[in-house]
Amino acid sequence: MPCAADNLFRALADPTRRAIFERLTRDGEQTVHALTERAGVSQPMVSKHLAALKRAKLVHNRRQGRETHYQARPEALAPLVDWIGHYGAFWHSRFDQLEDLLKRMDK
Amino acid sequence: MTTPDTSTHSVIVEREFPYPPEKVWRALTESSLIEQWLMKNDFQPVAGHSFNLRSTPVPNWDGIINCEVLVVEPNRKLSYSWGTLGLESVVFWTLVATEGGTLLRMEHSGFPSDQDASYKGAQYGWKRFIGGLEQVIAGLQ
Repeated sequence: MPCAADNLFRALADPTRRAIFERLTRDGEQTVHALTERAGVSQPMVSKHLAALKRAKLVHNRRQGRETHYQARPEALAPLVDWIGHYGAFWHSRFDQLEDLLKRMDK
Repeated sequence: MTTPDTSTHSVIVEREFPYPPEKVWRALTESSLIEQWLMKNDFQPVAGHSFNLRSTPVPNWDGIINCEVLVVEPNRKLSYSWGTLGLESVVFWTLVATEGGTLLRMEHSGFPSDQDASYKGAQYGWKRFIGGLEQVIAGLQ
């Protein structure tokens, strides 16, 4: 039974695909042309990779004139994020700040 | 998309404070006080009220957490939803009066069970790859 994470791992298993996704995450929305210039592979290959990323909901696209613009959806990585680790540390530090605040209140 | 079931995970933090529940409750429910220990917000202690928690925006994350007040029982219980970056979760506060003050318990639940995939992923170096998003979450701190 494939879960969301399986689909993500598959989509991101290819290094070229990963590089394209990283670029979109880092630099924001880009056209297929701009991505092709730096991908080191042909435009049909880039389009194929983008289609795979889109199936995994990692990117979404919009057409404007003759160009297609792609944008990363970092929230699609949510299943891979170590939420527990992050929020564990987050809430402990917030409890410390709450304790400081309580000390300051109504003095 | 909320699918609360047994396959999700929680973060639980408990601490006893040497103050009465009424004082701890104020820190949890007065907007200007919440800002001092948690984040900027437009919180109101009214069930059904939608509000945002706002932290400093970073690339690919606007720093906004979308919340809705779920439970308000003054000096006893407070709960709100916590949605951001594809995470749909719930924060539940419980205040219990003790001899020395208040035992405050926070349960943040609804983390996906795909968490296991995250640990597997970490072993394969995926964690480094998703470093960008990790930083985003770290920005929460």
